[in-house]
Amino acid sequence: MEGGFETGFLLGHMNYWLFVILMMTGFYIVVARGNLLKKIVGLNIFQAAVFMLYISVGKISGATAPIITGNPDEVYSNPLPHVLILTAIVVGIATTALGLALIVRINESYGTIEEDEIQQHDLEQYDKDCARAEEAR
Amino acid sequence: MEIAFTILLFIALVATAIAIVFIKRLFAVVMLSGVFSLLAALLFIVMDAVDVAFTEAAVGGGISSVLMLGTIALTARTQKQPERYSLVPLAIVLLTGAVLIYGTLDMPNFGSPDAPAQRHIGPEYIARTPTDIDVPNIVTAVLASYRGYDTLGEVVVVFTAGLGVILLLSGLGRRRGTPYPRGVSANRDQDNAQ
Amino acid sequence: MNDHHLILRVITRMLTGPILLFGLYVQFHGDYGPGGGFQAGVIFAVGFILYGIVFSLRDLRRLIPDWIIHKLVALGVLLYAGTGIVSMLLGANFLDYNPLAGTPIGGQHLGILLVEAGVGITVFAVMLAIYYAFAGRPPSLNDEDW
Repeated sequence: MEGGFETGFLLGHMNYWLFVILMMTGFYIVVARGNLLKKIVGLNIFQAAVFMLYISVGKISGATAPIITGNPDEVYSNPLPHVLILTAIVVGIATTALGLALIVRINESYGTIEEDEIQQHDLEQYDKDCARAEEAR
Repeated sequence: MEIAFTILLFIALVATAIAIVFIKRLFAVVMLSGVFSLLAALLFIVMDAVDVAFTEAAVGGGISSVLMLGTIALTARTQKQPERYSLVPLAIVLLTGAVLIYGTLDMPNFGSPDAPAQRHIGPEYIARTPTDIDVPNIVTAVLASYRGYDTLGEVVVVFTAGLGVILLLSGLGRRRGTPYPRGVSANRDQDNAQ
Repeated sequence: MNDHHLILRVITRMLTGPILLFGLYVQFHGDYGPGGGFQAGVIFAVGFILYGIVFSLRDLRRLIPDWIIHKLVALGVLLYAGTGIVSMLLGANFLDYNPLAGTPIGGQHLGILLVEAGVGITVFAVMLAIYYAFAGRPPSLNDEDW
């Protein structure tokens, strides 16, 4: 009895844990990699894992896709998460495009898309500005 | 059968994601992110979300790859080798993951028909769509009619993001005679002139 | 320029038409099967983007100039919001389609059609505008460097 409950619990929650693994892989790319394009790819992976989590909440076992078949006994999965995520995907690509556009502009003014080089450049610029202010005084 | 297929998809998804972590060539990274999207679309089909799968395949596999390739063409094609590997990001990620997994322990079982999310408003939409709106695809009915206001907001977000990209990249916001920023050759007006 | 990628060029010529047709099918069949304005807009834009990648951006710009795209971006949102305003003028709530036609169900069908068209137009135009913006910049890599 106890064992049966454990198996059911494991099988019923395993998908959530797998989503968390995917989410954390995306998160790791965002935190640990300095390349801005790769950060965007990491964010997309994170985002896709969140989408999967939402969709899995709406799933009912034995149900079918929420398109009316005419059979009155048919069980449908919950359509609400589908609607939310469908629009979220398109909004996601629009914001991704905005991020990519920012990357292109950053590359034009810094000549690099690596985070540490951009910071280095900013620090040097700051030192130069300070020295110039010192001279002016 | 369904569980075996789901697990197989998951293994492929995680393998793709981990490959993206380690690969340095950005071209390969972009291609793998397209593969990731298509696998995600398959997973959405397994979870009955056909509309979402359709969108993910068209957007993630199509447009997103094109835009990322465009970005690579305008910037760099390899990622710089990190100077030293730090354990701090890994620790943060593991900690966050542990907290999230702790949070899932109270969630209802996957596919359970009496989960709180299935009780409230979803069944109402399913029951009312044939009499109120009479279109077979419930997702379209909810998207365009019951929650039309939300969708209007989403369209405005897409509109605004499009405006942002046009202003950032098409040079419409640049006054005539302003010099180009560093790294841009002057011959780009050949395409932009009209 | 015209002498290489022969296979790509021939296949693109064959595929562009069916892709656009499929986009229209997805747009107008969204009530009955999977699909709708969001997906149709993306697919329709992909048809043009494929043409632009394989042939040239200049040809594509001649086909659909920037100013048309910029107008379409706004037109979709206006069509969507305008449908809501019309239903308000007819005495119902904002985006309540019941009074748009003779019967409530007919009104809902018409409202969904208009709203989905608005979504499709905006998504299509935004995707194409974003592609124009990225592809219109001078690349920093040569073709051989890939």
